[in-house]
Amino acid sequence: MKLELRKRESISRRAAIVVPLASFGVSLLFGAILLIVSGANPLQTYAAMAGGAFGSVNGLTEVLVKSIPLILTGLGVALAFRMRFWNIGAEGQLTMGAVAAAGVALFWSQGMPAWTILPLSLLAGCIAGAVWAGVPAILKAFLNVDETLTTLMLNYVAVLYSEHLYYVAWRAPNYNSGTERIPEFAWLPRIAGRAHAGIFIGLAIAVLLWAVFRYTRWGFELKIIGANPTAARYLGISIARNIVVTLLVSGAISGLAGAGEVLGLTRRLQQGISVGYGYTAIIIAWMAQLNPLGVVLVAFLMAALAVGGDQIQMRMRLPASVGVVLQGMLLIPMLAGSIFREYSLHVSRARNQESRIENREDTDRQEDDAVDGEAAETGGANGSSRSRGTGGAAGTLRSGGTEGSAGSLRSGGTGGSA
Amino acid sequence: MTARITQPTVSPPVLQMRSITKRFPGVLANDRVDLDLYAGEVLALLGENGAGKSTLMNILAGLYRPDAGEILIQGRPAEIHAPRDAAAFGIGMVHQNFMLVPTMTVAQNIVLGIADLAFVPDLGAIETRIRELSDRYGLKVDPRAYIWQLGVGEQQRVEILKLIYRGADIVILDEPTAVLTPQEAQDLGRILAVMQAEGKSIVFITHKMAEVIAFSDRVCVLRQGRVVATKRTADTNPRELARLMVGREVLFRLDKRPAQPGDPVLTLEAVHANNDKGLPALRDVSLQARQGEILGIAGVAGNGQQELAEVVTGLRPIKRGKLLINQRDLTHCTSLEAIHAGVSHIPADRVGMGSVGDMPVADNIVMKAYRMPPLARQGVLNRRRILDFARALIDVFQIATPTPQTHVKFLSGGNIQKTILAREIDACTDLLVAVYPSRGLDVGATEAVRRRLLEQRDEGRAVLLVSEDLDELRTVADRIAVLYEGRVMGVVNAEEADVETLGLMMAGASDPVIGDAAADPGTEGGRTQ
Repeated sequence: MKLELRKRESISRRAAIVVPLASFGVSLLFGAILLIVSGANPLQTYAAMAGGAFGSVNGLTEVLVKSIPLILTGLGVALAFRMRFWNIGAEGQLTMGAVAAAGVALFWSQGMPAWTILPLSLLAGCIAGAVWAGVPAILKAFLNVDETLTTLMLNYVAVLYSEHLYYVAWRAPNYNSGTERIPEFAWLPRIAGRAHAGIFIGLAIAVLLWAVFRYTRWGFELKIIGANPTAARYLGISIARNIVVTLLVSGAISGLAGAGEVLGLTRRLQQGISVGYGYTAIIIAWMAQLNPLGVVLVAFLMAALAVGGDQIQMRMRLPASVGVVLQGMLLIPMLAGSIFREYSLHVSRARNQESRIENREDTDRQEDDAVDGEAAETGGANGSSRSRGTGGAAGTLRSGGTEGSAGSLRSGGTGGSA
Repeated sequence: MTARITQPTVSPPVLQMRSITKRFPGVLANDRVDLDLYAGEVLALLGENGAGKSTLMNILAGLYRPDAGEILIQGRPAEIHAPRDAAAFGIGMVHQNFMLVPTMTVAQNIVLGIADLAFVPDLGAIETRIRELSDRYGLKVDPRAYIWQLGVGEQQRVEILKLIYRGADIVILDEPTAVLTPQEAQDLGRILAVMQAEGKSIVFITHKMAEVIAFSDRVCVLRQGRVVATKRTADTNPRELARLMVGREVLFRLDKRPAQPGDPVLTLEAVHANNDKGLPALRDVSLQARQGEILGIAGVAGNGQQELAEVVTGLRPIKRGKLLINQRDLTHCTSLEAIHAGVSHIPADRVGMGSVGDMPVADNIVMKAYRMPPLARQGVLNRRRILDFARALIDVFQIATPTPQTHVKFLSGGNIQKTILAREIDACTDLLVAVYPSRGLDVGATEAVRRRLLEQRDEGRAVLLVSEDLDELRTVADRIAVLYEGRVMGVVNAEEADVETLGLMMAGASDPVIGDAAADPGTEGGRTQ
């Protein structure tokens, strides 16, 4: 008996849906082991998590509250990743966005019409985020400086700078870690509970980006650069210009997340403005396969996981760290499972002469409808035939037991012919 | 089922492959292939690209495992799971891309990876042994030379020596002449003869008929993963082999009308450029290609052809000299400016540069036209028009793809090339730069590519054709310029060019016979330094 991973011949839509669901199932199993070891009943714990996130209006609005920055930073990261620019600086871009929005709302509001302050603060957040991403972009585009390092380092700069502001420079009297409250006319309106209008901004940007990727020249060029930069250069697409423009937009979206937190949620710059949203955003972007609409969905689920995780501390009296560990455990199978989107798993037993002969006839037939004789060495395929497993597979199993790309027929899938 | 092998009484084969089957996703690469190899013979493995030659030999060398079938060595079943197993059975393979470490010496490369090498190897003894062997086989290799100092032909000899040193009795050569000048190929033939006389068995993979006839004792023809014939070379001829290989009669002549050259489209004046390592790759190159003519560029790979194509298409900066397209100075143009000037480019690396494997065929086809109406307006793509546009070109260029949405990486090499051809020819208005356009393609696809090039010429465009196949250059091109170490050794008229002369020029002799064949009208120089 042997296991074999085989590259899929074509992109399977079904796998794209089934694989994450199956991975989630595996995640729950792993989590259950952890919970049993910690002395908790897994079913009760999961029920408590679900109840905490979705069981009440308060829980739901809290999920929304956490979704907003996750959606926005997730979109920012996904945009940069789309062209294989590893922007892991969403955390810093969010923080600078928060700093700039708070700065404008607190100190620039004198002498300006009140209604301009909110849009100006949001804009300031965008600009600050854009600058924070633009610096690594320019370094990358013109000096080929590795962006993973620069974006990561700027996170520390931003977070420590913001600490300096709310602990020292902008600290409000009688308050040890925060600024004065932002004037009310600069508040982002709330829609339910603590959930604010930032959710609409996030959804709008998601739809907009989706359309950009699908229907615009820019989106098309980003995709080419991401998939094959050498080809992009050859096709006359300026990589340097695209890096800078894309990263300005990417940083602006993450900056907007920070502005939203300050203007909609905390209403002051204070400690805990970011609790790692910018890092979670990386996971979200990957799990969503860089699809903006997927980002919305995954961000919402991650937010639910976080809110539910908080709940089990209270309801199940588990240590706080268990909730966080559980979140991590849940993610690993989800990420590992993504391999099955590209590969299918086959199990075959020892070779069997009989079944080999039986299979010959249809092998012959299938070959006739191969598109092109030259296909073999270049790994070409027309998605028509792969009916036989390895040397007469006795039983063939594919990831999650499902698969089935268009036009493919697999005799192995019908069960053991031995 | 395969018949059991009865033991032959006289000289049993050293190697038998029985009913080897190997399947890749969607493709049956080897279908019950039987192959015998006898001691002291040269067996040619002939077939088009994708016929399964390399797959079969990679199975023998331990790089792939067969799905079914067995391998017998000296009559005994052999399980080959890894290259190390193959080496233990005395099987060695010289791959198309050499596996040598450039910063190490010949001797070091030869002993690198030998399992029972002493912790501190006695390099002196090793070098002596290498000298002995290289004298015996006529390989002419200095064990102390560094690999980076060696030419491609010499590196190949190091690879062969490596196998001999390790005691290989069965030597597999994967398209060994692809990188050699005609003269070097002849040397290789002599080396094979010595190895044969020493009792070694040689399999060489090729798709060139001339080599089969010149080098081999027997020939095994593969088509679509199956053995279609195994013959003694003496009993067959190129025509029959071609028919077996392709499965139909092949016309070797292209219908080519005399060229009617017009105004110059491409003019290079004393151009100098560096390669990726910053070393001079083009030196004082002056060339001209006119409307309605195909200028061929001959040369052994790595003598500046690649850089020449990149300079012309705006991908590589020019250090000194001038580049004119239609008399417009484009010396310091970007690739986009070159595209707008009507220059199309079929690059040598069709997977790495010419196409985007993870995007659909339709998208790949429009990767030049997407900038303009009707496919895009104000930066917004018209997806429906793009699809129609792609469908039309898929039809015209007969690209075999299940759907226009199929990702290019799932296509065969020939169809990837057709996809590139469709895009580039559609976008071409003035100059088509084609680099090794038929390399690795089967006869049918090669024919299609060459016909397209001639069609472009007859429609009044200039074509710059870089090729390593002298037959291709002589049949398709109108004039042939030979590059050697980045210099133009001379420009000859295609009808007057014989392989011998071109071969000498490719090896560095400047324009030995034909002094003024290139003295066609115009400013052009058949430059000889």
